[in-house]
Amino acid sequence: MISSLKTYKTVTPDQVKVWFNAAPVSKFPKNGGACIKYKDKQIAVFNFTREGRWYACQNLCPHKMEMVLSRGMIGEENMEPKVACPLHKNTFSLENGKHLNGGLEAIATYPVKVEGDIVYVGFSE
Amino acid sequence: MKTIIVVGNGMVGYKFCEKLVSREAGKQFKLLVFGEEPRAAYDRVHLSEFFENQDAKALELAPMAWYTQNNIELIVNERVTDIHRSKKSITTASDKEFFYDHLVLATGSAPFVPPINGIEKEGVFVYRTIEDLEAMLSYAEKIKQTNKQGKAAILGGGLLGLEAGKAVMDMGLEPHVVEYAPKLMPRQLDSRSSNVLKLTLESTGMHIHLGKATNKILGNGSITGLDFGEDDTLNVEMLVISAGIRPRDELGKTCNLKMGVRGGIVVDDKMQTSDPNIYAIGEVALYNQMIYGLVAPGYEMAEVAVNQILQKEVLMQKNIDMSTKLKLIGVDVASFGTPYMPADKGLSIIYENKTKGVYKRINVSHDGKTLLGGIMVGDAEDYSILHQMYLNHIPLPENAEELIVGARGDGGSPFGSAMDLPDEAVICSCEGVTKGAVCCSVLEDGNETVKAVAKATKATSGCGGCKPMVADLVKESLKTLGKTVKERICEHFDFSRQELFDIVKLRDINDYYELLDEVGTGHGCEVCKPAVAAIFASIHNETANRQETIQDTNDRFLANIQRNGTYSVVPRVAGGEITPKQLIAIGNIAQKYDLYTKITGGQRIDMFGAKLHELPLIWEELIKEGFETGQAYGKSLRTVKSCVGSTWCRYGMDESVSFAVAIENRYKGIRSPHKFKGGVSGCIRECAEARGKDFGFIAVEGGWNVYVGGNGGASPKHAELLAEKVDKATAIKYVDRFIMYYIKTAKPLQRTAPWLEKLEGGITYLQNVVINDSLGIADELDQEMQALVDSYKCEWKEAVETPEIRERYTHFVNSDETDGNIEFVALREQKMPREWA
Ligand code: SRM
Ligand SMILES: Cc1cc2nc3c(=O)[nH]c(=O)nc-3n(C[C@H](O)[C@H](O)[C@H](O)COP(=O)(O)OP(=O)(O)OC[C@H]3O[C@@H](n4cnc5c(N)ncnc54)[C@H](O)[C@@H]3O)c2cc1C
Ligand code: SF4
Ligand code: FES
Repeated sequence: MISSLKTYKTVTPDQVKVWFNAAPVSKFPKNGGACIKYKDKQIAVFNFTREGRWYACQNLCPHKMEMVLSRGMIGEENMEPKVACPLHKNTFSLENGKHLNGGLEAIATYPVKVEGDIVYVGFSE
Repeated sequence: MKTIIVVGNGMVGYKFCEKLVSREAGKQFKLLVFGEEPRAAYDRVHLSEFFENQDAKALELAPMAWYTQNNIELIVNERVTDIHRSKKSITTASDKEFFYDHLVLATGSAPFVPPINGIEKEGVFVYRTIEDLEAMLSYAEKIKQTNKQGKAAILGGGLLGLEAGKAVMDMGLEPHVVEYAPKLMPRQLDSRSSNVLKLTLESTGMHIHLGKATNKILGNGSITGLDFGEDDTLNVEMLVISAGIRPRDELGKTCNLKMGVRGGIVVDDKMQTSDPNIYAIGEVALYNQMIYGLVAPGYEMAEVAVNQILQKEVLMQKNIDMSTKLKLIGVDVASFGTPYMPADKGLSIIYENKTKGVYKRINVSHDGKTLLGGIMVGDAEDYSILHQMYLNHIPLPENAEELIVGARGDGGSPFGSAMDLPDEAVICSCEGVTKGAVCCSVLEDGNETVKAVAKATKATSGCGGCKPMVADLVKESLKTLGKTVKERICEHFDFSRQELFDIVKLRDINDYYELLDEVGTGHGCEVCKPAVAAIFASIHNETANRQETIQDTNDRFLANIQRNGTYSVVPRVAGGEITPKQLIAIGNIAQKYDLYTKITGGQRIDMFGAKLHELPLIWEELIKEGFETGQAYGKSLRTVKSCVGSTWCRYGMDESVSFAVAIENRYKGIRSPHKFKGGVSGCIRECAEARGKDFGFIAVEGGWNVYVGGNGGASPKHAELLAEKVDKATAIKYVDRFIMYYIKTAKPLQRTAPWLEKLEGGITYLQNVVINDSLGIADELDQEMQALVDSYKCEWKEAVETPEIRERYTHFVNSDETDGNIEFVALREQKMPREWA
């Protein structure tokens, strides 16, 4: 299980090699998240409709290694966008993956762009 | 750059690092830390909490990253084996050598294991590290597999022994505390308080054996019992030793530092050992010929050592306060100052109430002016303030007994206010934070909440015992600024829940973001979203389907998320009454979807292990069979538990099932600040446990007794009597008003029991509101409740019938595959999620 964590590495915008066509915008709830599959990865994609921004991170919560983050509630703390895991409410920054209310490992984050009606997530491989 | 080496990364060793790097001058040193344990320092004081969640991270004092960020090199899993004073170096178990300019020994102590015959047997444990606890847990699991009634003994009835006793009980073993002395906590308690404590602990299921000397550990390979001599034995499968501590002073011995006769490295008031380049702090240091087994003195020692190294003249104080308040065991126990003493040293005032398990003693000087110490068992609410009076030599009131029996008449509190304490009074002894620092943080630095003050001053971050007093000081300081403590639900709304409720109602808002735009700031979070969702639900009775992304996880998908990300399904079974046909239907559906089934504590059936995409399919079938959502996921009415009542039971005074079914159908679907539950019993034998519920009815001669504000759960409380012998219609009317009033005024996630406890005037006030209509709002409450009742709809029916809602139930939005991460393992004839990694 721990090894599955290694599947997920933060991708910064300059490292993007593949812009993966994830799904149309309408598939993602407003001000909420949904999960997409890319190769063997589960990626949580969040639609911050109110702010007009999108974020993506691994769907795997590093606390108990469950694929649940996309179902977590999103929000903001001191203007930093975050997601709260639905299982035990650990919260993670969606800007840099940092665990905000404890010392768990940071989660991997991925760039997102929306072109036309399509949401793309950036991967390095 | 000069090097400081710290040996030991325990609580005190860590505190030394924290204090050093927080000082500008401290940054000029290279700091190298060795810890023998496999992880960075953690909160040993709260070690027992590890049993609750087995989450070692939660105990961490700082994450590994903190050490790196502060340029501290921490090497864990490495024991220091030698000190070479002449070359100023140390060597480690892996034979590496490191040089120091200053050496700080913070090696703590180890549990004392008495040399009893057989002590090496399997199943004998000590209680000091996370690894000790893990070993105990897995051994206890082993015992429980062969023996459900397994027993464990704890050797030693001191502070730690009792905590270990509680831990063993939580592990599901029967605890037996064995103490050599004739009383519990011999150093802190007198015999009478020990008796009171013993009785209370025994009533919780702890067995206590006093005046017993253990001669031998019985068993062949693994422990089977204790032998006290003279044919007196106790059969147990496990033993936890808690017989005191011994300093880990071996490094001091090997390099010939000055040692105490019974161990410990001797230090002076600069925390210097006999070698001025070597400091010793924490539980390894012998100061004033004493080892202090508490964190507060250890932290003070760390402060002194840091200052000495930075060449500041700060010395350790002469008298060290050893007052303690016991945590975790479920009974209040505290002792401070000189807890007991002969009459020529001072006079005692003692209050004892055996029926309530309360004992309080204070010792007063002969002139009646100062407090010398005391003991509290069963009720230690006033411990902090008494402790402060003792520490600060506050003059006593004329009738000192009022300090423990409460003031007579309405003269107010005998203590005065926390604000009367001198500024130097140390409020948080773990972190050494004074009253002055707390108030200044509010008055001058503009921190307006306990959380902000805690962050700025570190107060309350140790054992947390000072929290109530810090809260008082914050509140009082704000008052002097002409501000009141504002309860805000989170950083996005500067309002309490009650205020938001009124705003939503008055402005008729029903969209979260509209509310945020009108009266909030920022973009919202996981605290305010569900709180506001509950307010919308209570006012407009809308289901959780409309604004699904502001709902708590369980509400968003109308099901309870389980440990592996699957869900459970609970249809409503009002009053626990179910037909054979319905049972068969549930059975068939559960079988079809391979769900684990269990009868819940709320008299209905839970089906576990449904994947997200299966939920609408399962509910579609349940609805076809006539079921509705049971809202086991909502902060809403759960169940109304019933006993069989007069239809069948020979003692029944009335039809409890019929009443329970009616009342559950009346309140179903209503959302509230927290979940609420009901119970209906057919007579005072109370088989439905109605008095353990938020509202309860009990049939008596001449009508129904109505109870409100009961709670099972984490802090059980019996409900209080609201009205006696009323007819059904009246009973319902009162409970309608009670629930509606609660919904409007409670804080988010506050159950009715704590709400009622906090309600000024308590049950009498509530009676006035709901029975005598003292606020003139009864009609309004009645109408609001009736509107909620009339607008009920099953939200699962709505969900399966609405295609856009159904679409939410898919694991991936770009693939029909399901979550491959979910794995089940067999459990008896059914299944369960695989273990967490
Ligand atoms: C299923 C059930 C256990 C069982 O197998 O019997 C259960 C399961 C859970 N309970 Fe419970 N409680 C269940 C009866 C109870 C009872 C007994 C009762 O209702 O008579 C109590 C004590 C009575 C009370 O509430 O006063 C109870 C007190 C709690 C508490 C503590 C509440 C408190 O005020 O201290 C929590 C935690 C909370 O709500 O914050 C909790 C929370 C939970 C949660 C929701 C924990 C969670 O967040 O996942 C569990 C959900 C599991 C699931 O998915 O279904 N459960 N829980 C019972 C469902 C009853 C039902 O049919 O709806
Ligand atoms: C269950 C429990 C409950 C407690 N409750 C309370 C309470 O309520 N209130 C209170 O005030 N106190 C309480 N205490 C006591 C408190 O935990 C100690 O006073 C405190 O931890 C002492 O800190 P320390 O740094 O001196 O020792 P420790 O925390 O024991 O740290 C010493 C560290 O040094 C390491 N070490 C030892 N030798 C070497 C070596 N040669 N090389 C490298 N590393 C070494 C050890 O492995 C250990 O990690 C409790 C203790 C326990 C076990
Ligand atoms: S069902 Fe209730 S008591 Fe049991 S583990 Fe879950 S929350 Fe705790
Ligand atoms: S699994 Fe995410 S917080 Fe526990």
